Amino acid sequence: MAKGRVSFFIDRCKACGLCIEFCPKDVLAFDTDTINILGYHPVALIKTDGCTGCGICALMCPDLVIEVERE
Amino acid sequence: MKGNEALAEGAIIAGCRGFFGYPITPSSEIAEYMARKLPGLGGVFFQAESELAAINMVYGGSSTGKRVMTASSGPGISLKQEGISFIAEAELPCLIVNVSRGGPGLGGIQPSQADYFQATRGGGHGDYRLIVLAPSGAQEMMDYTIEAFDLADRYRTPVMIMAEGTLGNIMEPIIVRKPEEKSYDKSWAITGCKGRKPNIINTLHLSSEVLEERNRHLAAKYKLIEQNEKRAETFLTEDADIIVVAFGLMARIVKKSVMEARKKGIKAGLIRPITLWPFPDEHFKKAAETVRLILSVEINMGQMIEDIRLSVNGKVPVEFYGRIGFTPNPEEITKQLLLLAEREGF
Amino acid sequence: MKTVFKKPESLTDAKFHYCPGCTHGIVHRLMAECMDELNIRESTIGICPVGCSVLAYDYFNCDMLEAAHGRAPAIAAAIKRLMPDRTLFTYQGDGDLASIGMGEIVHASVRGEKITVIFINNTVYGMTGGQMAPTTLLGQVTTTSPYGRSKDNEGYPAKMAELLAQNEGSAYICRTAVNNPSNVIKTKKAIKKALQTQIKGVGFSMVEVLSTCPTNWGLSPLDSMKWLEDNMIPYYPLGELKVKEDK
Repeated sequence: MAKGRVSFFIDRCKACGLCIEFCPKDVLAFDTDTINILGYHPVALIKTDGCTGCGICALMCPDLVIEVERE
Repeated sequence: MKGNEALAEGAIIAGCRGFFGYPITPSSEIAEYMARKLPGLGGVFFQAESELAAINMVYGGSSTGKRVMTASSGPGISLKQEGISFIAEAELPCLIVNVSRGGPGLGGIQPSQADYFQATRGGGHGDYRLIVLAPSGAQEMMDYTIEAFDLADRYRTPVMIMAEGTLGNIMEPIIVRKPEEKSYDKSWAITGCKGRKPNIINTLHLSSEVLEERNRHLAAKYKLIEQNEKRAETFLTEDADIIVVAFGLMARIVKKSVMEARKKGIKAGLIRPITLWPFPDEHFKKAAETVRLILSVEINMGQMIEDIRLSVNGKVPVEFYGRIGFTPNPEEITKQLLLLAEREGF
Repeated sequence: MKTVFKKPESLTDAKFHYCPGCTHGIVHRLMAECMDELNIRESTIGICPVGCSVLAYDYFNCDMLEAAHGRAPAIAAAIKRLMPDRTLFTYQGDGDLASIGMGEIVHASVRGEKITVIFINNTVYGMTGGQMAPTTLLGQVTTTSPYGRSKDNEGYPAKMAELLAQNEGSAYICRTAVNNPSNVIKTKKAIKKALQTQIKGVGFSMVEVLSTCPTNWGLSPLDSMKWLEDNMIPYYPLGELKVKEDK
């Protein structure tokens, strides 16, 4: 299985949750320990080895929060 | 040449290569002339689906930096006001022609000057002005059109030519003068951002500071136009007791009455505003020092008279004579002058 | 590792002002990706509407003009006629395009103006606070149809893609949605095809994108996606309605 890496521009995140809901591997969640510049708990990766780099999170993100890399 | 055709030819001489309009009497001949001529010159003639679309096509067209125009009449000019307000705020140069007819409502197609308020007060929403030129014959329909494009480019502002319907149809000999080519900075135009940062043409200013700054900027520009561009023609005003004020073709008719009145011993003169905005108030301030009475003759129910009164600031009585549906003839104006002279005892 | 997903060059770095979960951001990005892939950023001029996407001029990294409400197609048509080798797009919402701008959009399509229209249909006026749009569904409650839209009072919702597809001048008309990954990919394909239709000079092109408005619908972003699927797609079926290949 391909390995992927996601990085976040957390200050763009509005915590709409679409990336979390549509992620087929359930590797994303809100980071409730962080409050970003917009006042939201931004998205974060919770299972580092589960991401396949499919890019669906970025596809569904309305705010260009996510960059995706794949092996 | 007919006045409307002289105007259209003037636009072509000035380099106008985009005409966007909607048919309306008595301005349609301008569109028809452009429809015949522009395609052969590599220009765009575009009959819009509505006056709203036409003025927004002018908004788009002028945003490319090319010289573009529209022409219409009263009801059509009313519909265009939204777009004119946007163009004024976006500071886009263009020409808007009003070959005026009688209103309100559908009114009639008779020549009229009833759109004076609309033309000189901005017309649409917000604080803005148009430079408004009022030609008085076919030659000036051409010359002022050429000049209008230069004024529009120099100040980055929409310019209006206001001509009563008669001027559109008047047939007079024309001398064609080629203007000197001037170049203007149009780095603001939206043409695709190859080799530069993107340009944005926008009239939305959500922050109070920016909105006020934009309005102050426009106001300063209008002040500059007021300083530089006020124009009027005077005729026999030096020793006049009574001055008649008229613009457009009406001013030529009044000239005849002034001469008739002089023959009957009345010292009459004429001031003809050429720029309706900026209004040539200095001419009136000066006249107010010496004249005893001012008569405003308009093809409406009294509009320019307000600007005259503001200019003389109570120093001289200002009377009104106007008709609508008919253009006052020289005899009836002479009669008015005689009546006023008798009443006032001069 | 190679980058498979990043911000397209045809978008600026500005943060979108849209509400959380609003799909305007997705469609902006798709449009920008298509501009990148067709290499037309420097020859493209975009016209933004009045409505939530009024500020789109801050987001697209190309020459932009902000139009009066509903008038974008007239503006785009004039610019295209004066500069035929540029790519023109308008980005309009349902109030802008289907209500106050009905005249301009229909005539641009009838004449076959070589422009591309991105039409965001989310059944509601967003910026003014959730009033009824021409595309509000029957029964749908908005602030100006508080008892639900009825066919006898407010009348039927407008099907713009079907309406414009019948015009001879329309070369590519497609309705898509952005409610799931598969539909987002289809939306991008449609936008690209619409732009290619314009570049080939075939005629008028429009992609109607069924979108969400979580704020004014009073739903979460995810529930909005479901609402779109359950309520909008049955009335506004997806797919290509007009495909003209040749001039």
